[in-house]
Amino acid sequence: MAAKSRKKRTTEIFALGNEAVVEGALLAGCTFYAGYPITPSTEIAEEMSARLPRLRGGVFIQMEDEIAGLGAVIGASLAGRKAMTATSGPGFSLMQEHIGYACITEVPLVLANVMRTGPSTGMPTSPAQGDVQQARWGTHGDHPIIVLSAGDVQECLHMTVTAFNFAEKYRTPVILLLDEVTAHTREKITLPDPDDTYVFSRLTPSMPPEWYLPYEDNMRGVSPMPPLGSGYRYHVTGLIHDDHGYPTSNPKEVEQLMQRLFRKIDQFFYDIQMVDEIMCEDAEICVIAYGCVARAAELAVQQARERGEKAGLLKLKTLFPFPRPAVEKMIRKCPTLIVPEMNMGQMSREIKRVNNGQSKIHTLNRVDGQIITPGQILSRILKG
Amino acid sequence: MAKVTQLIHNYLRHSKRFPHVFCPGCGHGIVLGSLIRSVHSLGLAKDDVVLVAGIGCSGRIPVYVDFNSVHTTHGRALTFATGIKMANPRLTVIVIMGDGDALSIGGNHLIHAARRNIGLAALVLNNHIYGMTGGQSSCTTPLGSYSTTTPFGQLEEEFDISRVAKVCGSSFVARTTVMQARHMDKMISTAITHPGFGMVEIISPCHTQFGRKNRFKTSVDMYRWLQKKSVSLDKFQELPPEKRKDAVVTGIFEQKDCIGLEEKHARMRRELRGET
Amino acid sequence: MKKDLRLDRFEIRLSGLGGQGILTLGRIMGQALALEHGYQVAQTQSYGPEARGGASRCDLVISSQRISYPKTISLDLLVALGQEACNKYFAHLKPEGFLLVDTFHVTQTPTNIFWGLPFTQMARKVGLVQTANIVALGALTHFLPFMHASAVRKSLREILPAKIMEINQKAFNAGLNRAKKEYQDAPEKWKFF
Repeated sequence: MAAKSRKKRTTEIFALGNEAVVEGALLAGCTFYAGYPITPSTEIAEEMSARLPRLRGGVFIQMEDEIAGLGAVIGASLAGRKAMTATSGPGFSLMQEHIGYACITEVPLVLANVMRTGPSTGMPTSPAQGDVQQARWGTHGDHPIIVLSAGDVQECLHMTVTAFNFAEKYRTPVILLLDEVTAHTREKITLPDPDDTYVFSRLTPSMPPEWYLPYEDNMRGVSPMPPLGSGYRYHVTGLIHDDHGYPTSNPKEVEQLMQRLFRKIDQFFYDIQMVDEIMCEDAEICVIAYGCVARAAELAVQQARERGEKAGLLKLKTLFPFPRPAVEKMIRKCPTLIVPEMNMGQMSREIKRVNNGQSKIHTLNRVDGQIITPGQILSRILKG
Repeated sequence: MAKVTQLIHNYLRHSKRFPHVFCPGCGHGIVLGSLIRSVHSLGLAKDDVVLVAGIGCSGRIPVYVDFNSVHTTHGRALTFATGIKMANPRLTVIVIMGDGDALSIGGNHLIHAARRNIGLAALVLNNHIYGMTGGQSSCTTPLGSYSTTTPFGQLEEEFDISRVAKVCGSSFVARTTVMQARHMDKMISTAITHPGFGMVEIISPCHTQFGRKNRFKTSVDMYRWLQKKSVSLDKFQELPPEKRKDAVVTGIFEQKDCIGLEEKHARMRRELRGET
Repeated sequence: MKKDLRLDRFEIRLSGLGGQGILTLGRIMGQALALEHGYQVAQTQSYGPEARGGASRCDLVISSQRISYPKTISLDLLVALGQEACNKYFAHLKPEGFLLVDTFHVTQTPTNIFWGLPFTQMARKVGLVQTANIVALGALTHFLPFMHASAVRKSLREILPAKIMEINQKAFNAGLNRAKKEYQDAPEKWKFF
């Protein structure tokens, strides 16, 4: 018997990419935002400041700098909240130490970085994709991290929900990379019915407090996380720690922690890897792109098809852990690949590493603060 | 066991392997004892207390106590504490920082936490030196003192931590020393129950790093010196100007009625949601 | 009543000086076309660091299908509320595209074939010079055969604060009526493929 049909509560809105991030965050259950204003991410803070105080227990706080912003977010997450911050280039650089802290203490949080032209102050209102490798390796020390990218406004919403789900599932910071174009494009988006949206919240311990070990290994590599003040008193430290959370320098315990941190991401690789294959079935020439450039690439591929070129687009939505199997599949299929990016070749470096000389990889780089146009990509495709 | 030792053992983490990292003669253990007595006398449940600390010798204090404990990054303890307090105002959040932690690398955060008047108790353990990294000068190293980075004497003026906190708007500011355990208990308890931002500066000598380089033969000498230099605020005001110079003034410098930031947020939310 | 037309990447650039309300104009148009008419709309913007003065522009790509590339490629319509913007962006216009200018600010048009109305003066007459963008919006509602006045009015009400609604509605009507009077057959001049 068919289930009783229920009217879907979807709404359409005309929103900026930045506003869509807020919609996604609220949908995912975010109730805490702390940050520092920086162009071109400010609309996220502005929207949060208007929306969060209307929620039960919702907190928006503007901090004195980006370091403080991410610090407060980590604190709130430890206290049991789903929390996020947003920033751009210079602020992202300041946040790096705390990203490392969140990695090692396994604190779930979402950090949206709206990429602008850099280095340093660069061009605050111009787009770029120059923070890709920084998102992966910006904080010191070996660490796994999840980096996602969004290219259109609807995707901003979905990827923010996904970012929160990954953060909560794997107890890790998740970095969501947008760029100035995506953040400041207004488009019609559909707010999904909250009942149809998959939202994951961190597991909390169910055992008696005296049995609880905050950093104990298990099959998933992720232990349950109690909010501060719930009866499970434990120690949180940025020092390398044992499974009680106490500092240790015992080589065996250090090794165990580091291995587990990597394993908890690695073993769920196929859950985290997200790519879109567009017109790839019979492709002979493949464009690999992400973010706003993927939109230009999509139009270029369409135009190339109209001219009889068998072109395809592999759009990367997960940037790290690097979606190696998806890229390898295209490398095996296509003798030529084109990697357009708004940087001097940060993702193409990964693709070349995986390619290992099998196919021809052409890079297409643009670093003048302008988006790569479909025309540029098309002419590169036609050159072969 | 003495009663007070029994009390302290009740709050220590027995799963953590002692001994602790503090040197013989360090004042930080006295502060921890005082903190435990204060929490106990206020009747706070262990579950409701969160200790947040920065990096340095003082940062190692929380690991030994059976509260919720967060050992954060250098200088940023107040930012984490702000997040915790805003996320769950029911918790009693106590922040432990060193002088370099609170005023050098984390100066900006202290200034703004005081200005915001968020309901945190901040204990700044001032030992006039970077102890853990091996005795480099800090922003509170007195003029002319020696350290491993001021081998020819400190040329810069030192920060008066309590004065900084006061001018930045902290609604409770006090200074005490580890030589006055009862006074310290009182100051810490008051800071914990104070609704807004409460800061207690605690002079806690470091003989290993500061004392040895500044002609204190033993830690006992250093404590004697501290005792001699300490003077209460009332007595200090009666002193003739020439005797005021090197005095360590203790007491309450600021105590204002106020409501904490977290409470203001809660009121705003209630108003926006139409709840009374 | 105008019919909903099928559009394939119809590209509009709204340009002028910072402070003229270019972005608000784009947002109101975009919302009307996206939410009321159901088109796919991508509205992008470019602006300098100054909040007042400096070049400001807002681009709209309108399509019946999904829009892949959100920025403009070649313009179907250029709206210039300033001389500098007009000179700068005229070259981006398609050969069969149209130019609409504020004749108060744009005194030298690069071509003789253009639509022009004195938006700024009209706004002054309405009573508030800051409503020039809404006067332009009224005119645009007449020039664009796929944008209905009722849809624009609705989005106007949703976006602008209530206390300045009355004067803006007046401004909108002024623009719409004047455009209807002076360029009666303009909407039929478009060639849609």
